[in-house]
Amino acid sequence: MTGPDFYRRDRSAHPPAYAPGYKSSVLRAPFRPLHSLEQTSLERSGPALGHAPLGPLDHDLIRNAAVDGDALGERIYVFGRVLDENARPVPNALIEVWQANAAGRYAHVKDGYLAPLDPNFSGCGRCVSDAEGRYLFRTIKPGPYPWPNNGSDWRPAHIHLSIFGEAFTQRLVTQLYFEGDPLIPLCPIVNTIPDATVIERLVARLDMRNQEPFDCLAYRFDIVLRGRRQTHFETRPEGA
Amino acid sequence: MREKLFETPSQTAGPYVHIGTAPQSIGRPGLVGQPGPVIASDTGPAITVEGIVHDGAGAPVRDAMLEIWQADGAGRVGPHGFFARAVADFDSGLFRFQTVRPGAHAQGHAPHIALLIFARGINIHLHTRIYFPEDRELIASDPDFARLSPEARDTLVATPGEGGNYRFDVHLQGPQETVFFDI
Ligand SMILES: [Fe+2]
Repeated sequence: MTGPDFYRRDRSAHPPAYAPGYKSSVLRAPFRPLHSLEQTSLERSGPALGHAPLGPLDHDLIRNAAVDGDALGERIYVFGRVLDENARPVPNALIEVWQANAAGRYAHVKDGYLAPLDPNFSGCGRCVSDAEGRYLFRTIKPGPYPWPNNGSDWRPAHIHLSIFGEAFTQRLVTQLYFEGDPLIPLCPIVNTIPDATVIERLVARLDMRNQEPFDCLAYRFDIVLRGRRQTHFETRPEGA
Repeated sequence: MREKLFETPSQTAGPYVHIGTAPQSIGRPGLVGQPGPVIASDTGPAITVEGIVHDGAGAPVRDAMLEIWQADGAGRVGPHGFFARAVADFDSGLFRFQTVRPGAHAQGHAPHIALLIFARGINIHLHTRIYFPEDRELIASDPDFARLSPEARDTLVATPGEGGNYRFDVHLQGPQETVFFDI
């Protein structure tokens, strides 16, 4: 019922736990190596969060916290597909997003940055992928913001993403960046990933063809989750 | 044969994870169907599991977000499984789940709860398990523990309190370091 195992996670395609350029990781990284275990039906299955109905404006961060008007900032769609490592679409993936407003300020009790809050923006949204794995949300492009690390470091504009696929093994939390942002190569959190080609996988691409004319730009960002090992039984179409 | 794609790389959840995953914890309205820290089910005995995630200096990780996934009381997973999410208290760092004691979902394996930990400074989420002190014998014969020292094994076993309340502290680093898995 819970299907074949998933490929082991390729840890070279992720940041290591200990990345001293990002100071918060120094006391929060385990010293000991991870302990490898075989997957069981628990890890091969997962909560069906992406099958439950969402609120009608959950995917629209421009409007979903509006009090007296749209959120301020550069209006964008972020869209793409959720795929697995076998390049198959992952339907009903739940994507939770959070981000700073256009000025780089989070609507969060612990954010003390001097940039102003936007009363029409909470920075919280959700969407679900369709049968072909496609997802879309509408938001404003977040602003960069400073944070204490090596003195005042600056985060490139980014959106935090939390993704649930069909299995708990596929759980992933990450951040997407925007093509052409000069702050990307300067960011200690980006640079927890030592390999530039891996970093490129976190960069959303401007896609002029999918703009909303006279309204909204579009950035494409495909998401890849862990895939199941291919067995010779699996040449049949799914469900057969 | 199609080439295998690369998994999207992880990045830290950062300190503002509450906005997207637990808005009620920062005084905002929750979203429809959003998971919280409580699982209600009559498939097994009600329990609570609470604890603190400690960093390498022993300080509580007050910005942690934690998720559990477990079998129901009868050991059933898939659509019968339970998911919950909790955030550490901003002052004490304490997290608290209210759930049911899971049954064993695989023969020869002791019942347990899968636990994921996200926080600022954690570049890729950590995966551990919560086992129960009443299952000492099952744990001792569980092949998943075969390569673990008794001290390492003890980091995965909750401490009993009164009336179905358990304590499970996580140590990210150092001599009491919790065992984290690659599964
Ligand atoms: Fe951020």
